[in-house]
Amino acid sequence: MRKIQLHPCGNFRERYDQELTVFSTDFGRLWAGIGLVILFGFVPWLAGPYMMYIFNMIGIAAMAAIGLNILIGFTGQISLGHGAFFGVGAYAGAIFATALHLPMFVCVPAAGLVTAGVGMIFGIPSGRLKGLYLTIATLAGQFIIEYLLVHWESLTKGTMGITLPPARLLGLPVAGDTSFYYIIFIALAGMVWIAINLMRTRYGRAFIAIRDNDRAAEGMGIPIFGYKLLSFGISSFYAGFAGALWAFYMGSITAEPFNLGLSVEYIAMVIIGGLGSIPGSIFGAVFITLLNETLRFATELLMNTGIVSQSGLNVAPLREFVFGLSIVLFILLEPRGLAEVWRIIRSGFRLWPFSY
Amino acid sequence: MEETLLQLNNISVVYSDVIQVLKGVSLAVPKNRIVSLLGSNGAGKTTTLKAVSGLLKPENGRVTDGTILYREGEIQNRSPETITRHGIIQVLEGRQPFKYLTIEENLRVGTATRWGKPYRDDLERVYRYFPAIEKRRRSLAGYCSGGELQMLVMGRALMAHPELLLLDEPSLGLAPLVVREIFRIIRRINEEEGTTIVLVEQNARMALQIAHYGYVMENGKIVMEGTADALRENPDIREFYLGMSAAGAAKSYADVKSYHRRKRWL
Amino acid sequence: MDFFVQLLVGGLSVGFLYGLSAMGFVMIFKSSSVLNFAHGELLAIGAYFFLALAAWAKLPIPLVFLLAIGGCFLFGLMIERIFLRPLIGEPLIFVIMLTVGLAAMFKGLILLIWGGNLYTYPDFLPKALAIRFGVVSVPPVYGAALLIGTLFLILFGLFFKFSSQGIYMRSVADNQRAALSLGVNVKRVFALSWAIAALVAGMSGIVLGIINGVNVHNLSAIGLKVFPVVILGGLDSIGGAIIGGIIIGLLETFTGGYLSTSLRDVVPYIVLVLILLIKPYGLFGLKEIERV
Repeated sequence: MRKIQLHPCGNFRERYDQELTVFSTDFGRLWAGIGLVILFGFVPWLAGPYMMYIFNMIGIAAMAAIGLNILIGFTGQISLGHGAFFGVGAYAGAIFATALHLPMFVCVPAAGLVTAGVGMIFGIPSGRLKGLYLTIATLAGQFIIEYLLVHWESLTKGTMGITLPPARLLGLPVAGDTSFYYIIFIALAGMVWIAINLMRTRYGRAFIAIRDNDRAAEGMGIPIFGYKLLSFGISSFYAGFAGALWAFYMGSITAEPFNLGLSVEYIAMVIIGGLGSIPGSIFGAVFITLLNETLRFATELLMNTGIVSQSGLNVAPLREFVFGLSIVLFILLEPRGLAEVWRIIRSGFRLWPFSY
Repeated sequence: MEETLLQLNNISVVYSDVIQVLKGVSLAVPKNRIVSLLGSNGAGKTTTLKAVSGLLKPENGRVTDGTILYREGEIQNRSPETITRHGIIQVLEGRQPFKYLTIEENLRVGTATRWGKPYRDDLERVYRYFPAIEKRRRSLAGYCSGGELQMLVMGRALMAHPELLLLDEPSLGLAPLVVREIFRIIRRINEEEGTTIVLVEQNARMALQIAHYGYVMENGKIVMEGTADALRENPDIREFYLGMSAAGAAKSYADVKSYHRRKRWL
Repeated sequence: MDFFVQLLVGGLSVGFLYGLSAMGFVMIFKSSSVLNFAHGELLAIGAYFFLALAAWAKLPIPLVFLLAIGGCFLFGLMIERIFLRPLIGEPLIFVIMLTVGLAAMFKGLILLIWGGNLYTYPDFLPKALAIRFGVVSVPPVYGAALLIGTLFLILFGLFFKFSSQGIYMRSVADNQRAALSLGVNVKRVFALSWAIAALVAGMSGIVLGIINGVNVHNLSAIGLKVFPVVILGGLDSIGGAIIGGIIIGLLETFTGGYLSTSLRDVVPYIVLVLILLIKPYGLFGLKEIERV
């Protein structure tokens, strides 16, 4: 039997493949297992419908955030169009379901692929542009897609929006938060698994090389344009997949939510979670979703208790303010995000009670 | 004994709180002299200069121990703005021009330490030392050759009227003739302006020709010091830095076997 | 033909305003390579300062103008001091994201204080500044904008080209380490560039407020329109910003006039993508000199 690895007190790695393991210790493996059991076995029975809704929103946001982190955190290409890609996925899923009457388990991945294609089209400028210029190009992409979603009426029904048929999976109706919970989190687990493993392959290493120095990467023989496009494609696939799931979950969609604000929200998730960290993206998604819900809750409470009774004051300004403030504070105080906080807490426990 | 302008007493420098680069360096720079700092790559020469000029800070480095005395005042861990205003200017390694500024605008940045004072005469003075760059005063620095850039960055430092000039590898990547020209000008600046110069060099032969005094660094320590003449005659220096055998004839690199090295200082 | 002239004049005036709004943005980019996503909010802050002083405190207009602009200058200093100084030396993405966060923060703050209503300034400009082109007349405020804009353009051009402080600012944008080694006070340069940018932005905000009324949503939308404008003109060229603004303004009005009004708002971004693909450094931007 293999020796069980607990926490080593130093770096005892001897081979390169030890650097590449998903779980560096068996302890981590155990915790991941326990986490999955809790997630699928206990949460659905313990949580109420509102909690399930929040969990589902977190799951969807996490998928999209992981995609964006592959692009920003691993490949170093800052995109401001992720919200629009999410919208493309949602619309693609809805159109497949209504116009072509495809079942959900075909629609969602197909929407992901369509979005990947769209993302690659908007990634083409990355062949010539770097850094800030590319960011601005993706900003333009955001506005162009938003425009198309509203004005390509033959396809998207314009401002009317699209109502999706009830979701069915393998002939069974999928309804209610709990059944979506399973679908979303199984998909999320799969997506996380793919993302983590992708970063261990040749492609992942090429992405990281491009992020750290694209000229040097090119000099090492990495075709950087191809890889940048691929990164855009993968990232958009994640966004599109999440968007399509969201569309099915919501039941009907309009173009309104997929604005620049949503893109900024995803970037905030990635930054607050931690650039270049896949668990970080999940933390970021949890943080932003909970922040949104808390703020909504808080303003409702204020309105009901009469502290803020003026009509016309709605949630948006306060939400916007706190949202901006949390981004600013994270960047100023912990630029490496929640993933770093988590790492520090973990290593605090690991060394306890003999720190140093 | 000559007046000492700069004195480093047993300084240690640590980057990011973990990497110790200088392990107790002490050296003295007499006024109006050229002092040369020799040593292999990674010996800590550049770090020593940055410790003096305050440029460690942006790189997350810190002087953790020892003192740097400049004209009787302690200057370790001060900000670069303060230190440059005391007349210490460092010329960075690898020529870092402002690529989008013209030659003349580059030179004008050198007046930052005495903002608002007239600078016309200084421009003329710099062009006297470096006639080669006067011809290109209106062109962007990004399009100049390596030699011109080296002259530019040195001229830029001269604009600040430095009392102490820290030169980091002025010969890097330049043709032998250009190197000779540059070193000739360094000597002239020292003689005509009375500027004290600390010269970090790989090209030990050239450096010891113009320097008055020399220090040899290895692994973050000073391992040898002496007047330039004494160092030139030292058998170890001759063998390891000047590439000559003990007999005095130029020696092929292949003959310098590592186990021959008589590193008495380690 | 009248319609054409009307569109032409309208496009020119709108475009000039875009250019004016973009100038502050270019200032920040020029000295610190930061894309300021909070630019629209800076415009808004100037406009609301003016509103508070003119409409509610009812001070005389010239005094209001000076106070509002001075307030913007101080506000810019404050932003740099509190939010940007700690980030000196950090990767650029953090700084850019910080401005995104600031944008949300300021917008929320303005909405909390003033709400989302549309306000108008009291009428104060002399009618003599109105310009007539045949059948089309341009309201006086555009004349004032033209004057102010040209004045600032010339001032900043001279400032960056000839004054020592301007050259120091450019040197910091170029090579921060080298500037530091020569004793350039990098912190002061950053503070100054944010302060001046906020001042210019505040002034453009006031002009926009006079024309369209004050509303934070409109102003922050213009803050985003700055991107196509500056990309077209070249990110680091102040004169380019004005010309880029005029081109974008003309494009918008003509699309709105001859094609469709809904296309109007997206055309700048389509142009933006095309420009980026064909001429990434804009019409007047500096080409990146990359030497290995």
